Amino acid sequence: MKTETLETMLAEIEAKRPVVLVTDLETGEQRLLHRGDGGTESKRADVERALRVDTCVAADAEGGPQVFYQPFNPPLRMILIGAVHIAQPLSAMATLAGYEVTIVDPRESFAAADRFPGVTLNLEWPDAAMESLGLDQRCAVVTLTHDPKLDDPALQVALRSDAFFVGCLGSKKTHASRLRRLAKAGFAESDLARVKGPVGLPIGSRSPAEIAVSVLAQVTETLRKPAP
Amino acid sequence: MADRSETEVLLEARNWKTEGHRVALATVVKTWGSSPRPAGSHLAVRDDGFFLGSVSGGCVEGAVIEEALDVMKTGLSKVLEFSVTNERAWEVGLACGGTVRIFVEPVQ
Repeated sequence: MKTETLETMLAEIEAKRPVVLVTDLETGEQRLLHRGDGGTESKRADVERALRVDTCVAADAEGGPQVFYQPFNPPLRMILIGAVHIAQPLSAMATLAGYEVTIVDPRESFAAADRFPGVTLNLEWPDAAMESLGLDQRCAVVTLTHDPKLDDPALQVALRSDAFFVGCLGSKKTHASRLRRLAKAGFAESDLARVKGPVGLPIGSRSPAEIAVSVLAQVTETLRKPAP
Repeated sequence: MADRSETEVLLEARNWKTEGHRVALATVVKTWGSSPRPAGSHLAVRDDGFFLGSVSGGCVEGAVIEEALDVMKTGLSKVLEFSVTNERAWEVGLACGGTVRIFVEPVQ
């Protein structure tokens, strides 16, 4: 690796810009490509796939892999709307799984630091908070309050972003009315289809910790096994 | 994939280089079967044999470091493969039964 390639790569990681290191294993030649770079259609697709699935890709040619794609993505983030009971186990589990967790809740009695040691709390109104967080493809957003006044503004910002996961806690009934409100606000079918609700894999969870497991499992599935 | 510990290995490789050391970088590019470190894992090696990171959880590091020291001298990258079907790899002990392909390159 050229020293300047290493320097550039470290600068991109520091700046949280997604980048892929492409190595020709035969010659040792390397290039750093951003999303959309790559010359040919198939190369662009390889770059996109490496970044999206966040996994190294060895493009197989005859006689073994000759080109190696290694993605360097910004850290995963999870944004929780509502400093409610279930946010406690979910923020702890998501942190263990490698997410930088931010909890958004303007209600001071809920978003109390001693309820969430070590977690970033944002006490702005959800729409303002979400705008300032600058959501990207490495973000998962989960609304937990059950209160449309808090959940809906956050959801609207999330649906206008590239967040890879958008989910809402609540019953099937409240989810149906949530989708109706979003449709009324002008969101298209394809936007509504992005919302996972009721959030979480159906594993029969009861306690807040079990619900957190089901939510984190669904987020993980969406990240690692995206629909083809 | 910009795992914090992986980024630290790259940062340290850069620091060693800045300090005037010769440095080589080993990267897991492919694994088959059971293998403890996934593709993208790094091992940085310094010219005095000091290293940081891991490409196998300890099984083949010794052999990779030898190759890394060689790569620093020649300035040419190479691809290594260790598996249970490879006599030498068995000696160095990839006991998990997997196969791992590792790219070793000089930082220059």
